[in-house]
Amino acid sequence: MVQQQDAFAAVKAARSTAKIPIQTLIDDLVTDFFPLHGDRAGGDDPAMIGGIGQLREMPVTIVGIQKGTNTQENIDRHFGSALPEGYRKSLRLMKEAAKFHRPVLALINTPGAFPDKHSEDFGQGEAIARSLLEGMQLPTPILSIIVGEGGSGGALALACGDEVWMFEHSTYAILSPEGYASIMWKDAAKAPAAAAKLGLTPKELLAEHVVDRVITEVTNQTEAADLATAIHARLTTLLALPPAELLTRRQARYRKF
Amino acid sequence: MLQPKFTPPTATELAQRKRAIPDRLVQSCPVCGRTFFRFQAGHYMTCPHCGYALRITARKRVKLLFDDFQETNKQLTVPAQYNDAAYQAKIAKAKKITKLKESVLTGQARIGAQHFAAGIMDPYFIMGSLGSATGEKITRLFEAATKDKLPVVLFTASGGARMQEGIASLMQMAKVSQAVAAHDQAGLLYITVLCDPTTGGVTASFAMQGDIILAEPHALVGFAGRRVIEQTIHEKLPADFQRAETIQQHGFIDAIVPRDQQKQVLERLLKWHAVTEVTA
Repeated sequence: MVQQQDAFAAVKAARSTAKIPIQTLIDDLVTDFFPLHGDRAGGDDPAMIGGIGQLREMPVTIVGIQKGTNTQENIDRHFGSALPEGYRKSLRLMKEAAKFHRPVLALINTPGAFPDKHSEDFGQGEAIARSLLEGMQLPTPILSIIVGEGGSGGALALACGDEVWMFEHSTYAILSPEGYASIMWKDAAKAPAAAAKLGLTPKELLAEHVVDRVITEVTNQTEAADLATAIHARLTTLLALPPAELLTRRQARYRKF
Repeated sequence: MLQPKFTPPTATELAQRKRAIPDRLVQSCPVCGRTFFRFQAGHYMTCPHCGYALRITARKRVKLLFDDFQETNKQLTVPAQYNDAAYQAKIAKAKKITKLKESVLTGQARIGAQHFAAGIMDPYFIMGSLGSATGEKITRLFEAATKDKLPVVLFTASGGARMQEGIASLMQMAKVSQAVAAHDQAGLLYITVLCDPTTGGVTASFAMQGDIILAEPHALVGFAGRRVIEQTIHEKLPADFQRAETIQQHGFIDAIVPRDQQKQVLERLLKWHAVTEVTA
């Protein structure tokens, strides 16, 4: 098991305000990004960015959960916690991508789905459930990258494709260390101990085969170009697979848990 | 003549009197708060005042609703790698209360002439939480049903993903969803019955993936917990928040079915969805 201080340091690094914003990362990875809006059911969640961009010669659909870079943006984007409208939007865009056999890149930085009355009334659970049921069956390559926080079901909704990668300073867990500590030990202050229990570091998750690759932190355009090369190479390989084989492999990836 | 002076009973006398009253003779409804004698809940374990379907074990539910039931994968239990002492103690207690080895009971069931694959989650097994073996049992239930061309009826009762098993629990949501999708693509019916409570990762996966979604009266159905929402958003939540009736008003539940009608309703729905061979 990873030491408490190391695990909690990973949590802090994943939450760092210096973390590259998803929108910046998108602009560094692809050219001509064209945002697409709306869930076609009455809403458009600002926390969920979606659109199409060009990765070298390859058009890709990108969906991503973005935190704010200042207080106002954080309020607008619910601190990077998506609403049901957000999950319905990302699923809609992923389906549109599948129709044209265009690969999907999902970029994740979220503490979890937004917990409020509106989200409950509008079916937060149903929206995530449908993302899992339908998103996982789409016959087009899906590559998910956890950039910062990968919190619970709200992250899983976008992290169940053919491969899941993680930034070296990112985390992925069933819930936050504070949540775990308060549920299990009735003491949120024990978050560092909880972080160690949760096995949320990229190294541990790689060993469990929950993620396929840990990538160097991207902080600027040059590093983003390296990541773009890696993504392009992987998506090219996945695109070459017959859709039926892609789905068989994806099925096997999740069946083993 | 003077009334004899009242002398309050001693602590010992009070304890004796208390012991003379049978345990669990009276209980209060967790939804409406009113009290009733236990026998008033009747055969179907329902609050006589508000109709709330009280929590029951999976084995009790099988007895109440099915005409026949053959259990499958009964030996599947928590993987040995989770050897934390506190967790082990919880599992041991849960096994004793529920007479199950995991939080879901699975098998082949029959109501009248209708045969189907059935899964029943048990709220008394670590709050019906979704552990690795729970997910495995439900996945195998769907895989067998797909192979045997059977519909699936799943009674959900769960606090969500099981914290003690960490990320492996989260992965169950993806694993089960794939098995549900394969069953769906085979053109087979999936009915969920949301029981009290259906929350967290179970709501955010197979509970909300049914072709038809039923619920028990006043069952708690939601994703995030009330306390988490109140603390995060500082919102005052109404009393009917996350109750099945509220969720139905918002369009996520087809019907709320009292327990004494579930058998007939399920039989009728299963009959209407019987798979017939299509000939060209």
